[in-house]
Amino acid sequence: MIRIFFTAGGFLLIALFAAAQAEPSRPPSRNALIYAELAKAPSKAAARRNPLENDPEAVAAGEKLFGEHCANCHGEAANGSKRGPSLRVDPVESATPGALFWLLTNGVVRKGMPVWSKLPEPQRWQLVSYIKSLGAASGPRAEGQPEVH
Amino acid sequence: MCLLFFWGSVAVRAQESPYFVTYDHYLEEPGSLEVEYFSNFGMQHAGNDFHAFWTEFEYGATAWWTTELYLDGQTTFHDSTVFTGFRLENRFRVLQREHFINPVLYVEYEQINEADKIMKEVEGHDVEADHAVPNAIASQGHNHELETKLILSTTFAGWNVSENTLAVKNLTGGDPWEFGYAIGASRPLALKASANRCSFCRENFIAGVEMYGGLGDRYSFGLHETSHYLAPVIAWNLPSPWSFRLSPGFGLNDNSHRFLLRWGVSREFSGFGAVIGRMLGGHR
Repeated sequence: MIRIFFTAGGFLLIALFAAAQAEPSRPPSRNALIYAELAKAPSKAAARRNPLENDPEAVAAGEKLFGEHCANCHGEAANGSKRGPSLRVDPVESATPGALFWLLTNGVVRKGMPVWSKLPEPQRWQLVSYIKSLGAASGPRAEGQPEVH
Repeated sequence: MCLLFFWGSVAVRAQESPYFVTYDHYLEEPGSLEVEYFSNFGMQHAGNDFHAFWTEFEYGATAWWTTELYLDGQTTFHDSTVFTGFRLENRFRVLQREHFINPVLYVEYEQINEADKIMKEVEGHDVEADHAVPNAIASQGHNHELETKLILSTTFAGWNVSENTLAVKNLTGGDPWEFGYAIGASRPLALKASANRCSFCRENFIAGVEMYGGLGDRYSFGLHETSHYLAPVIAWNLPSPWSFRLSPGFGLNDNSHRFLLRWGVSREFSGFGAVIGRMLGGHR
């Protein structure tokens, strides 16, 4: 019985250790690479309009969803953290709603951002409404340097 | 030590699928640990009813790799309670982006005894009578199994449709490869989120149905001489790290249990990997 637990626990610890070591040592340009993904949105996807842009509750609902699913990595105020880049930067501010929706749907899996297509499409548009309402902060955080700790 | 782990983890909302047997293509978020407890109550035609239970520790190692540890046990009424073994499971996302059909590869090693009744999958010629054997006898038989699955999943217009095919090989004996299947469909009760934080909003509930069963083995492939189940499923994702799942299951042929009742509760610990990293001396 003890052997079973040690075998199983050992495997899990190896995975945890590998992930823990990998996570903090990401290269400094990781955030820039994630922002660059926005430009990879196919033109048809980038041109999509937000169907909820005139919905008066979309921003508030998006803010709630952001707090529940995104703030842990991107920070409560979307200023970024060690786990995810700031969303108050020019590349995000200037991105089309369609490009943001495309990135949310597809994630940036190799850079650590999961796909969020498990959220229904209207909820992803609500998130886009909230992100677009944030506006860009001043320039120094454009590379996603964390402000919230 | 465990308290320290959990103390430093952040609580975020989980978004669990309602399935118990079928897998969709969504993996655990990187750095998050999900601790889950599940029960499977089964009615037995010839033999004592049972309550099987298992605990899962599901960790998102990366955005494309999720690893899990299962610990299984069961109580057979008027018999005994036994620990039945463990499973190590890994799921790998194959494609970087979303497609209409999204494949995930699943590899699991199981070290369980024949008293195991959690029925996380039905394979080969699994039938109800297998679970009528007294625990003292069944727990003498030990299996080391390699289980592989191809998970295909699509999400469209709020619906998720997932299809799993599985192949299992018992590594200790000369048993042939055994096969099984699981399919599921589910949808949130509401697609738009409300602006207010709420526990009973319709968007917090995901309902669906799953069907699973065996497909025989290499020498006797097909739907015959095995068991099949149909099970409505529902998940309740609270606006907190907690989720609940419930599923009554119904046997579809004489080889199946007449009724299964599954339920589960899970809690997500986001940022768990970062906490471990700090404890192991990772860079800040």
